[in-house]
Amino acid sequence: MTVDMSQFYQTFFEESFEGLDTMESSLLNLDVGAADEETINTIFRAAHSIKGGAGTFGFKAVSDFTHVMETLLDEIRDGKRLVTQETVDLLLQSVDCLRDMLTAVQNEDEIDQATVAAVQGNLEKLLNDASAGTPVEQRDDTGDEAATPEPAGEGWRIHFAPYEDLIKTGNDPVRMFRELAELGELEARLDDSQLPAFGEMDPEVCYLRWDLVLKTDAPLSVVEEVFEWVDGVCELRIEPLSSTGAEAATQEADAGSPAAPVPEAPVTNASAPAMPQRQAEPVVAENPTEAKAVTPKKKPASGGEHGSIRVSIDKVDALINLVGELVITQSMLGQIGDELDMDLDKLEKLRDGLGQLERNTRELQESVMRIRMLPISFAFQRFPRMVRDTAKKLNKEIELKLSGEQTELDKTVMEKIGDPLVHLVRNSIDHGVEAPEVREQAGKPRVGTVHLNAYHQGGNIVIEISDDGAGLNRDKILQKAREKGLVGEDEVPSDERIYDMIFDPGFSTADTISDVSGRGVGMDVVKRNIRELGGSIEVSTEAGKGSTFTIRLPLTLAILDGQLIRVGGDTFIVPLVSIIESLQADPAQINGLAGQAELYKLREDYIPIVRLYEVFGLKPKATRLEDGLLVVVEGDGQKVGLFVDDLLGQQQVVIKSLETNFRKVDGVSGATILGDGTVALILDISSLIQVSKRIGRKHRLPDEPTPEAGPDGDAATEQAA
Amino acid sequence: MNTAENIMSHELGLSSGNENDQFLTFIMAGEEYGVDILRVQEIRGWDNVTPIPNTPEYIKGVINLRGSIVPIIDLRERFGLARNEYGPTTVVIVVKVIDEERERVMGIVVDAVSDVYNVAEDDMKPPPDFGSVVSVDFVKGLTTVDEKMVIILDIDHMMTKDDLAGIAQNQ
Repeated sequence: MTVDMSQFYQTFFEESFEGLDTMESSLLNLDVGAADEETINTIFRAAHSIKGGAGTFGFKAVSDFTHVMETLLDEIRDGKRLVTQETVDLLLQSVDCLRDMLTAVQNEDEIDQATVAAVQGNLEKLLNDASAGTPVEQRDDTGDEAATPEPAGEGWRIHFAPYEDLIKTGNDPVRMFRELAELGELEARLDDSQLPAFGEMDPEVCYLRWDLVLKTDAPLSVVEEVFEWVDGVCELRIEPLSSTGAEAATQEADAGSPAAPVPEAPVTNASAPAMPQRQAEPVVAENPTEAKAVTPKKKPASGGEHGSIRVSIDKVDALINLVGELVITQSMLGQIGDELDMDLDKLEKLRDGLGQLERNTRELQESVMRIRMLPISFAFQRFPRMVRDTAKKLNKEIELKLSGEQTELDKTVMEKIGDPLVHLVRNSIDHGVEAPEVREQAGKPRVGTVHLNAYHQGGNIVIEISDDGAGLNRDKILQKAREKGLVGEDEVPSDERIYDMIFDPGFSTADTISDVSGRGVGMDVVKRNIRELGGSIEVSTEAGKGSTFTIRLPLTLAILDGQLIRVGGDTFIVPLVSIIESLQADPAQINGLAGQAELYKLREDYIPIVRLYEVFGLKPKATRLEDGLLVVVEGDGQKVGLFVDDLLGQQQVVIKSLETNFRKVDGVSGATILGDGTVALILDISSLIQVSKRIGRKHRLPDEPTPEAGPDGDAATEQAA
Repeated sequence: MNTAENIMSHELGLSSGNENDQFLTFIMAGEEYGVDILRVQEIRGWDNVTPIPNTPEYIKGVINLRGSIVPIIDLRERFGLARNEYGPTTVVIVVKVIDEERERVMGIVVDAVSDVYNVAEDDMKPPPDFGSVVSVDFVKGLTTVDEKMVIILDIDHMMTKDDLAGIAQNQ
């Protein structure tokens, strides 16, 4: 029987990377000098699992490397070594190294041997440098291979009593004994008192136990390692040959403590035939009392982990789609129910039923949506490390505060918001928070603070990145903007507009002034990424006090709050997030511009009017601006007045892709299915503005030389042809 | 497969092996066209569609097909035939189109559905050069059933690049 191990690789890698993340965050949480035992245990467990898995799959380089890490961690855990900043740094380095190694193995690349050797060398150096962190001279007989001198013992007495399911976990005592025999002279005494009658025997259950005497000078840790895989599925007692029973107790506790979820070893074909042979030995009921008196010392550690399962995203998405359908069907039925004409009693019952259906459907939809939701801590967890490293590099002292880590958002949104967040945080450290000396001069504490906060607000998640640094330099930005020609020489824009300029593409060049540089570099990309997610970003700042970037994102990409609008016989959906206001046009405020464009004077601003029917070539009911409505929308930082016939209701819609069966359509971001089963298109405001610029000029020129002269239906009918 | 067998299976209306395919035929402007029946997902009556702005006229719009957004194409207009008022017999054949390893679902509007025929590959004649009237790309071959000509369409080529290209060239 051969098992194709490669099918488990993916899981191994996933789990290992998760383990590394855990190690990293735990390491960062470690208080130097006073390490929390539980934290150390967590780190140790993660390392141990990786080592075990790597061993199983034959990634020797990985398991060897992890072994050294584990040894160091083991010493810390046993209290033989103090946690120093040096140790933490080295362990963090090792985590990075291990991550690189695993990535290399996963991609079947070459492992960077030089780096690995260097880090491993450092680890070993630290280990051998026994005095470095040893708090007290602990030279007891539990001796560890590296920290204390090897005990010149005569050997070990091993009591090995597997639980019944030892064989099922893929372990084979024969192999373990063989390994022990390599260490020295091995004497085994079999206790087969638990062996049932042959007829009742389950060949997959281990009924046997052994008392072994191993004459060797190998240290305890080496012997323990042989039993590493069976930890948690057996009772194990290892005592020095010379010692008495009293000391044995401490040993037992020691041997049992590495409680890690040991990945299952493969079932080797040797194990199956090996057992029955032994069980065929004469059955003698010797010590029946000893039988079940064993209390499991430690279950495989599972208590600390969340009850979760791995489900492929496809399955979840299928479920979400289906629920989306259900919502539509429900609202379709609801509509019919409202219009039905039948006797009152029945109607009442039908309406009750429909009302209940609606509630259930909503709840179902919400819980299904929640499957895709993860706490934002997944995105936040990389920051402690990043802030630490970046601050160190820049010789700044920065404290990172995280709050609202449990705020949930969609997995896809989370994946896409990661990089913009990194960018913003890095900017805050690099350009926001000043150097410690500068801060002291300004009467601020040496240690600067960067605060990441997340919370829900309506259907959105808000993420704030604030620092208590110098704030944005208004004058320098303005000066730069003038240089770049973004602002006229005499123009004095509002502060808000000036700060907003850091998101302009023109600003993102490398030659920007030191003070504001990073705040411009790539900020347009940050803004664009956030816009693509249907979100927005704004900045507020106060000179000398710091700046705050506020990101607003939809909780999910699957649904959207929309405003239904009507043009002629067609219904469209405008994302609510892009709407600023809706108003009835006042003819007095309409102005023409060079016979090409119409502008509407909205308070101080002139905003271009985009007639949706012109852009989309529809037949509208209203062609005179005062007959319809203007929806003021914003896309790509530009405001336009979208001219439509009428506003209908607001509604949450399930976003469907047009590209699945068709293609991308300019001005449209997708489609949705309305309550009556028909399809409505969702407008993409930024793209719509682009299209209007292209189409508007082309069609308006010949048709409407003077918009003031009364723009009427001509343009529209021309479009249709 | 030898000729005798071929004839037999043809007469019995059996479809056996790759060389004998079944085609769903439909009528358009008095002519009979066929599409591979394995590509046909369903046949439905004409229903209102949601127009897609700035697309060619023959793309009538999109419909909701059990939760998927499916585009509908008028084949008459695609072929440059006179437009027909949609009536009770107007049908939409929903087909699966495969291009560049992607599968799309589309509806094609035709006058009426006709029949299902077995056509042996040997009986399919390559299309003559129509010149610029109808692109040969759409036509897989011609065959004769009961003395009548049936045009077998290649739907994969019929509704891909041109139809799906950007707006620019269609304006």
